[in-house]
Amino acid sequence: MKSKKILAAAAAALMAFSPISVMAESTEASTEASTEGEATAVTTVGPENGTKFEMWSFVDVHNEFYGKMVDLWNKQNPDKPVTITFTTYPYSDMHNKLMMSLQAGEGAPDMCDVEIGQFPNYTGENCPLYPLTDALAPYEDKMVKSRLDVYSQADGTRIGVPTHVGASVMYWNAEIFEKYGLDYKSVKTWDDYTKLGEQLKEASNGEVYLTSVDTGGTDWMWVAMAEYGEDWTGGPDGEVNVELDSVKKMLTMQQQWLKDGIAMVSTDGHVDLEAGYKNISEGKIASFPKAMWFMSRFVNYMPEMKGKYDITTIPVFEDGQKCSVGIGGTGTVVTNQCKNPELAAEWLTWAKCSKEGEEHIWNDLGFDVCNKSLWSDKAFAYDKSNVYNTFFRVMPYEVLNDLADKDAIGTVYTTSVSPTLNDYINTTTLNEVLEEGKDVDEALAEAQDYIEMEVG
Amino acid sequence: MYKIKKALNSQKVAPFVFVLPFILSLLIFWAYPLISGIVMSFQNIDFGVKVWVGPAHYLKLAHDKFFRIAVWNSIEYMALTLLLMIPIPLLLAVLMESRLTKAKGVWKVIMYIPALTSVVISGMLFRMMFSEADGSQMNRLLEWFGKAPIAWLKSKPTAWIALLLLCMWRWTGVNILYFLSGLKSIDDVLYEAADIDGASARQKFWYITLPLIKPTTIYVVTISVYAGLAMFLESFMLWNGNSSPKNIGLTIVGYLYKRGIEKNDIGYACAVGVILLIIALAINTIQLVATGTFKKEER
Repeated sequence: MKSKKILAAAAAALMAFSPISVMAESTEASTEASTEGEATAVTTVGPENGTKFEMWSFVDVHNEFYGKMVDLWNKQNPDKPVTITFTTYPYSDMHNKLMMSLQAGEGAPDMCDVEIGQFPNYTGENCPLYPLTDALAPYEDKMVKSRLDVYSQADGTRIGVPTHVGASVMYWNAEIFEKYGLDYKSVKTWDDYTKLGEQLKEASNGEVYLTSVDTGGTDWMWVAMAEYGEDWTGGPDGEVNVELDSVKKMLTMQQQWLKDGIAMVSTDGHVDLEAGYKNISEGKIASFPKAMWFMSRFVNYMPEMKGKYDITTIPVFEDGQKCSVGIGGTGTVVTNQCKNPELAAEWLTWAKCSKEGEEHIWNDLGFDVCNKSLWSDKAFAYDKSNVYNTFFRVMPYEVLNDLADKDAIGTVYTTSVSPTLNDYINTTTLNEVLEEGKDVDEALAEAQDYIEMEVG
Repeated sequence: MYKIKKALNSQKVAPFVFVLPFILSLLIFWAYPLISGIVMSFQNIDFGVKVWVGPAHYLKLAHDKFFRIAVWNSIEYMALTLLLMIPIPLLLAVLMESRLTKAKGVWKVIMYIPALTSVVISGMLFRMMFSEADGSQMNRLLEWFGKAPIAWLKSKPTAWIALLLLCMWRWTGVNILYFLSGLKSIDDVLYEAADIDGASARQKFWYITLPLIKPTTIYVVTISVYAGLAMFLESFMLWNGNSSPKNIGLTIVGYLYKRGIEKNDIGYACAVGVILLIIALAINTIQLVATGTFKKEER
């Protein structure tokens, strides 16, 4: 009878202790999702005798691009051929697998794409990544420095190779503004922008919103911070502070827009989602700020918008401010489990930073490349066969060069506090302020308290 | 060789040989992770480097606002699922057993099919049904009744309707199956005797079915307590990730996942896991004691 008691207790305990089994279930689940949606692709590119590497990404087209770069490398370097096996996993699945395999010390790939939001997990003291400072040296002075900095350790050791600048710009549905006879091109400040919103509301009878504000993304806040030269993470060695004037101004302005019926809250949190594409393509919103990589969303998901959209720089609070910031990105890393890291690093930096590589990044992936020596290269930037050069009413690199001329691209860092900070702002603060109309100062003070407690 | 064979065949050794696979899997997949989980909850773990930090994680947990939200959400979810998922499947099972019900097999299949679907798919479908977009199914339904569309998944009451509906849709069939097997074990003679004594259907349910199905009920409650506390995937799929507005969908396991996987703090996540174990054990023990499972068997 006593044994029965013990057995019952053991059975209960057995059932209770299952975070592990639950996690196993979740990985299984996401693989399942991948078979339903995006296919998990495994391909090997390169000759039999090449040095073998394994590489993971969470974006299929990234691996396609790397595959092309393997072929090109092997043509140019017959003395040191590489053979790479590429695997594409869904986003969180890949990052979980990478984290677990690096924690466990085995099973990690030789090279891997890491999304910028995940990057701070790897930059600590016991960094499991191979330093890329030497391999990047030949390209260092041609690259946008802030993009190299975001994939570095605190002491400046480079550990990731950037893919794009992700300069934020303003997207305008020019067709809508033309229909109502409104001029969006003369908008320079946020005051002008707000006025345009009022005119649009009146002209369209409130049917078209000027923009949609995000409760599940911090792009607007990043733009505001870059304009005032502020950074809520405090940068690599500063202190976290979300109670910034720039953030307060932006949130207060957005609250007013919502009150006045000029803007709507982005369906499902931000515009880079199915619901967002729908609002854009149905003309429910007429403009929005987003990084340049959003261009590929138009080409892939809203091809019917060809010729309708224009791109300009983002309005500013005060004249002379910076008006753009690098948002999002992928840093590609070489792990400490790689058997031949020098060659891997050499190939990787060449593939992503050389002219050959950047041509593919711009023409195939549609990104604003980090090698800024190419921006003013007419053959590179203004080639009419590039789909993005004909899709919009402006050639994207014209806007980018305009930004570069004015030195208008600011930096907001992604640091070890970023996961905590973004999580709190995206789940709590933005919802409180924009959905519930909570006082901006109060909401930010609460956020600051929490984040300080967490990271302090 | 002969000796080994003889030893394996002996009455004393053979039973142990038969249970060996279970003992081994218990040790490898349960005892080992449990113990190393407890040990890790006292450490900081960073890419293979382990630093002993004592009870620091537990002290931090005590003041962790989001952990409190997660625990509260999980307990609330557990309580609500118990309220819904015990009486409703029990009544449905009794109805299915009733002689008046036609085509029992068809009903059973219909009720059980949702359990075979993946949570990933069903979570996605529920997310779309309860989307805040004007065209979503639930907002269309509201429109029929002349109501304005609402952002279902952004406020707790409406979001939890979706969460609980998903749970009911998916698990009612399974619980019905448990109760059906319990009902089958009740001897028909008892009902016949009750009929002869002139008992009404309600009296038969109350005085025969309910008491005799108690072991099944205890079992279903026990697993439901655990399942409720460990809920994660439903919430993960409904909000398309581990972040819900104002954390209305954050559960204990969700928090463990957030800490351990998303923020690379395995030690802290292990502490969360240990607390989950303690809560689940406590609730299950109280419930098992209260229902008399630990009492001496009557002979």
